[in-house]
Amino acid sequence: MKEGQVRIPAGCAISGIFNKSGKRFSGEDILRSITVMHDRSNGLGGGFAGYGIYPEYKDYYAFHIFYDNALMKKECEEFLERHFDIINLSKIPTRKTKEITDEPLIWRYFVTPLPTKLSASQLDEREFVSKCVFRINARINGAYVFSSGKNMGVFKAVGFPEAVGRFYRLEEYEGHCFTAHGRYPTNTPGWWGGAHPFALLDYSVVHNGEISSYDANRRSIEMYGYRCTLQTDTEVITYIIDYLHRQKGLTFKEISAVIAAPFWQTIERMPPEKRALHEYLRNVFSAQLITGPFSILVGWNGGLMALNDRLKLRSMVVGEKGDTVYMASEESAIRIIEPALDKVWMPKGGEPVIVELSGVEVNSHAH
Amino acid sequence: MPINFLSPDYEVLRNDDRCITCRICERQCANGVHEYIEERGKLISDDAKCVNCQRCVSLCPTRALKIVKSGNTYKENENWNQKAINELYRQATSGGVLLSSMGNPEPYPIYFDKILLNASQVTNPSIDPLREPMETKVFLGPKPQTVERDEQGHIKPNLPPHLTLSLPVMFSAMSYGSISYHAHESLARAAEALGILYNTGEGGLHEDFYKYGKNTIVQVASGRFGVHKRYLESGAAIEIKMGQGAKPGIGGHLPGAKIVGDISRTRMIPEGSDAISPAPHHDIYSIEDLRQLVYSLKEATNYQKPVIVKIAAVHNVTAIASGVARSGADIIAIDGFRGGTGAAPTRIRDHVGIPIELALAGVDKRLRDEGIRDRVSLVAAGSIRSSADIVKAIALGADAVYIGTAALLALGCHLCRSCHSGKCNWGIATQIPELTKRLNPDIGYQRLVNLLTAWEHEIKEMMGSMGINSIESLRGNRLMLRGVGLNEKELEILGIKHAGE
Repeated sequence: MKEGQVRIPAGCAISGIFNKSGKRFSGEDILRSITVMHDRSNGLGGGFAGYGIYPEYKDYYAFHIFYDNALMKKECEEFLERHFDIINLSKIPTRKTKEITDEPLIWRYFVTPLPTKLSASQLDEREFVSKCVFRINARINGAYVFSSGKNMGVFKAVGFPEAVGRFYRLEEYEGHCFTAHGRYPTNTPGWWGGAHPFALLDYSVVHNGEISSYDANRRSIEMYGYRCTLQTDTEVITYIIDYLHRQKGLTFKEISAVIAAPFWQTIERMPPEKRALHEYLRNVFSAQLITGPFSILVGWNGGLMALNDRLKLRSMVVGEKGDTVYMASEESAIRIIEPALDKVWMPKGGEPVIVELSGVEVNSHAH
Repeated sequence: MPINFLSPDYEVLRNDDRCITCRICERQCANGVHEYIEERGKLISDDAKCVNCQRCVSLCPTRALKIVKSGNTYKENENWNQKAINELYRQATSGGVLLSSMGNPEPYPIYFDKILLNASQVTNPSIDPLREPMETKVFLGPKPQTVERDEQGHIKPNLPPHLTLSLPVMFSAMSYGSISYHAHESLARAAEALGILYNTGEGGLHEDFYKYGKNTIVQVASGRFGVHKRYLESGAAIEIKMGQGAKPGIGGHLPGAKIVGDISRTRMIPEGSDAISPAPHHDIYSIEDLRQLVYSLKEATNYQKPVIVKIAAVHNVTAIASGVARSGADIIAIDGFRGGTGAAPTRIRDHVGIPIELALAGVDKRLRDEGIRDRVSLVAAGSIRSSADIVKAIALGADAVYIGTAALLALGCHLCRSCHSGKCNWGIATQIPELTKRLNPDIGYQRLVNLLTAWEHEIKEMMGSMGINSIESLRGNRLMLRGVGLNEKELEILGIKHAGE
């Protein structure tokens, strides 16, 4: 890829669909939604996350891994065998299309930590799993775990998102939630691992924007053991969310008040108790504040959050129809799959839209 | 008079066509440079006494005066330059240690001037500070390691004591005694008006200034002058001064001539006695001793005040800061080798210590590598000259900065570097009543407020151009910096890329 072959204006497309009752639907819808926003991508990356897609293996971590070659696969599998019980493994089914080329080896493993290894590590299960993911991604050059949650999976590649979806046969998956990303990178060579969504455990993030706080966020999150190897915004946002939610126990509403914090002038006008909470969050987690433009969809087992930066420097539309919620960069991407919406609105900057499953168990680790 | 071999550094040039012999210069110069010769009806000057403080120049109503570098030159020699020769002559005459004031003036690299800032173009927008909120508020102090909740699930307020600043700038320690009452009053009132803090320095706190307590940092230095329970309780924070950038490894000496009246009472030492701060704290010979003092002060103030430990930037500063961070300090202030002083041995000032930019970058990185950066806040000091220096310091990793010299300049200081003489013509670093009254605190405080108001605007402009609307997102954000003309090692230590990368 040479400079000049791509137009420089930045932009990405994101879209998400969530069924609050946990009703599963095919990946076809999200594929149609993201296809509408073709011009918001430049063919250098596209991807999807699906939740509730592996009900038969819902208690196992689903690892999706890219390998550069068979040697790396062997090395990585040896690592997996030392740390996990591998319940099932297979190639991820793909379809040959001429838009998607240079594909790596793409494998899927359903695993559970070996009890002896887990207890020896003195870590909780999810921390153990995330540490193993970091270990593979940092140490085994040529192997890259790009999805590691339970009952969810990420599918991504270099190409336009609609081509990526067809390549992964997305229409054959059914889930209660899907998110999609079309990438318009201006400064990243196209690499499959660099496409989005970015995921750790069951947290997945699709993001449109270019944050100005990147290095402040990166350097603070790396202090807590995360390693930002991709140097993308989405990676650091995912780690911040993992840190705040899993490690610090903040709710997603509190997380939104950290990463897209209300301005002090707004906080000063709040009633005392609310004001104290916001002052606390902004003080304690000041290094996790994200500035500059972003619109993100954060998925996890049981929920989906849409959030804009505090000034709303990127577009984001939310629509509702029955118990299904749609979130996308453009309204057209929602209307194409659901023309008759009950409600459609544009959330304000820093105002999260959080939807959660009502009483449906997704896997053994409910949030 | 014996020959002292010296020739004056400066010449006082008087334009006789302009001079109206009003004799203001004569009255204004505490060094006795100007003299009126009755029979000739003319003013003459003794260049040898001139320190180039620019007082007479500023006050001359007809602009008849200027001070220029003396054209008299010794035989040129790159090695034995004029300064080196003059210093040697002076010592050969006096047999004494050379004394200097204010910061290191020697031509060492100034890293701030080799660092450039980023701005947004196309892919993300810059933000207009005149139209959008632009936040400069910062908190100093440790962050709680866990989030605790009550039975209802509400987050408990478990924040340790901390400081809140409307702007990441504080006035650094300058003692009452080394500077005048009016200078202290100006600093205290400006700190209050700006929502920031000033620092008492090691000379105690004058009775009149207790009312500025919530904007005051009270310092505890090795001499322990003026330290008592009420003093400790009066400030918003307590600073233990372990070192000073201008004179790392040595203490302080305020001559008895300055220990008069209120200064003697505030310092709790007899009038006319020299106030000598020992080089080390004699109860701190090790890091574990420091911990004891930190916790003694916390005990004394019922764990209500954050404790700052101020250290000079020396070679091993990263390890020292790490040790300090693990010793109960809530805030670490690092003072670079260009930091100011009211008096220091010249050789110490000019040859000991390291630049703040490198020390700050090293400490910030070390604390992050050790996972303890959020246990302490970092304050950078030692020649912050402008809002751009502040922005660069914060992007390198500082939570806030201290300014000392810059604040004195706002009050009128012209950096003549003669504070140790006690005859400051600007009424700042002196206790001579005729001189101290020259500094009007009503004007002085306003000039400090003006300076920081201007800097605040500039900081917001620079943040906005980078697309950052909260200063917290600038802290440690080294991708916003690029070096120019720095070698690989310097870039590595600063943790920044070279321009063009």
